[in-house]
Amino acid sequence: MTFSVLDDSVPAGAGPDTVAGDGGSSDRSAADVRVTGPDLSGAAGPAPNQPARRAAGLVGALALIVVAALVSVAVGSNHLPLSQVWSLLLEPDGSFESIIIHQQRVPRTLLVIVVGAALGVAGALMQSLTRNPLADPGVLGVNAGASLAVVLAVAVFGVASIWFYLWFAFAGAALAAVAVYLLGGAGRRSPTPVRLALAGVAISMAISALVDMVILSNQAAYNEFRLWAAGSVEGRGYPVLAVVSGFIGLGLVVAWATGPALNAMALGQDTGRALGVRLARTRALAMIAVTLLAGAATAAAGPIAFIGLGVPYLARAIGGPDARWSIPYSALAAPVVLLVADVCARLVIAPQEIQVGVVSAILGGPVFIAIVRRRRIEAL
Amino acid sequence: MSPSPVPAVPSSAPAADPLAPSAVPPVPAAARLSGHGLTVGYGDQRVIADLDVAIPTGQLTVIVGPNACGKSTLLRALARMLPARTGQVELDGRAITAYPPKEVARRLGLLPQSPIAPDGIVVEDLVARGRYPHQGVLRQWSDRDQRAVDSAMSRAGVADLSDRLVGELSGGQRQRVWIALALAQQTPILLLDEPTTYLDIAHQVEVLNLARSLQREGFTVVVVLHELTLAFRYATWLIVMSQGAIVAQGPVAEVVTAELIEQVYNLPCQLIVDPVSGRPIVVPQEDDVTGNAVGAGPVGDVGTAGDGGAAGEDAR
Repeated sequence: MTFSVLDDSVPAGAGPDTVAGDGGSSDRSAADVRVTGPDLSGAAGPAPNQPARRAAGLVGALALIVVAALVSVAVGSNHLPLSQVWSLLLEPDGSFESIIIHQQRVPRTLLVIVVGAALGVAGALMQSLTRNPLADPGVLGVNAGASLAVVLAVAVFGVASIWFYLWFAFAGAALAAVAVYLLGGAGRRSPTPVRLALAGVAISMAISALVDMVILSNQAAYNEFRLWAAGSVEGRGYPVLAVVSGFIGLGLVVAWATGPALNAMALGQDTGRALGVRLARTRALAMIAVTLLAGAATAAAGPIAFIGLGVPYLARAIGGPDARWSIPYSALAAPVVLLVADVCARLVIAPQEIQVGVVSAILGGPVFIAIVRRRRIEAL
Repeated sequence: MSPSPVPAVPSSAPAADPLAPSAVPPVPAAARLSGHGLTVGYGDQRVIADLDVAIPTGQLTVIVGPNACGKSTLLRALARMLPARTGQVELDGRAITAYPPKEVARRLGLLPQSPIAPDGIVVEDLVARGRYPHQGVLRQWSDRDQRAVDSAMSRAGVADLSDRLVGELSGGQRQRVWIALALAQQTPILLLDEPTTYLDIAHQVEVLNLARSLQREGFTVVVVLHELTLAFRYATWLIVMSQGAIVAQGPVAEVVTAELIEQVYNLPCQLIVDPVSGRPIVVPQEDDVTGNAVGAGPVGDVGTAGDGGAAGEDAR
């Protein structure tokens, strides 16, 4: 902590009993520091000491998810009237339209929600773990590991179905994360955040080079990979949804449980330890959560950019820097963003589709820039 | 207390006599926190070696010494921030390493040198994080936590700042907020590592007044300080370190002599009496014409060793 220029104006209350008396000395700095202006949440910075308001924000986010989910079920490449969608949603009748809704749009919408929540929370964990506002789950090598596993599955085993990708990608993501963790902590008791980030970037680069090598020499792998790598939630169905929901549910619970320890660690390594945090254990748990969340999400939908990077910013803008709130906020805000992206993906060039990963990155970029320009950069 | 008409004290005089007698009993109560045969260092370097120390309970202990003498290292070792290579730190009769980390954090609070305030955090939320050692996964917040936070904030004099952003506060206010965080831990022992660094004199006094009022409430407080005038003024128990060893300890009036300061800091000096507190103030001796005020003998040794230890403190 630096005490820079804030303490030069008014001598503090002098005696032992008047220590509280100098509240006026920092008024002039308030305008520079306080977050003001219409940020996306409509809330001017974190609501201090107002759990009720924060909880209301969560309820609002939940309502947005429901609305976005209904829109997601209602629109698609087949034009169905809204009234028909609604009645078929409540009473499936086995018609073509009913099958579209129940076999395609509903599981797709649910998958988007689950994947979005996973990516948002994984990003929040990574940013808080590495103290780096640029960190996203990709820093852990998750995307690279999943990519390599998928191209190898196609190139070596000739596998080409989402069900097999799922397992290969998840295994690849987990292996890469473990490798990053071990190398980041090589010879040490516990990997430091900087070491982790560096190891993650290095391993991701090395793995990406391997991926390039495989897809450049194998046409089939290239064709499959370019579709998978853009990120898509089309045609996954209930089996994929069921599998990834299990992993992601577990990951969300672990993430939520590490919240208080992450809060304490956010005050600095020494302060965290002084408060009784087991640094190594907390980092390991958070890494496990990220691996489960981002690994499963990437396995199900391919690498989807931006959600893990941008949504945690949004969550902190609304919920403040408290991990016990920013994690749930990330979990609820990310599905909204991803649902919107997915709906756009289906509408822009209907009846064709764009990959949701492409849309989320294209939409996300400007939004992210807007967030960053409105707020001071979060020094984590 | 005892304004002396002739404040100057000859540097050779025994310190105890002309200085105001300390109100503190010379024999402190038993120690809850102590180190035995401690050797601690960074990397290949040993900063303190085979050191024994007992922190007297209920006192405001101030640790002073030149740069790189190992005072912060000692404090961090006592707070189990640094592992002891030999020896051990004992807390309430057991090795500190034998406790679960949260249990230590319920008995001993530490304000480290450079804590980080997350962006956009308000005072009350920051102080609330001091409740971590009292919480479990399933029991995350309770009325007891809220009461502890409220009481910590009012003790530290930051209750009226509770919804202010920490980043907006003055240095002294911020330091009191950090102390409030340690108070929210509700530990009987508080260790403060150079809490007045970077603060101007008014804010230094403000922070040390808080430390003193806590000690008077019954806390055991240990503070590492650079500023000797304030150290002598506030300490009820003084520990003087040099080259990784404790060279003197006890009540200020019994410990501080011009010879000691000259030897430890390699600084010829006189002591005068603080007209307010009656405690000693160090007045450096003027250089002689050649600019060479340094004597011979042990003084040279101190200088050399101090340089050798510098990397230790830098490595923090």
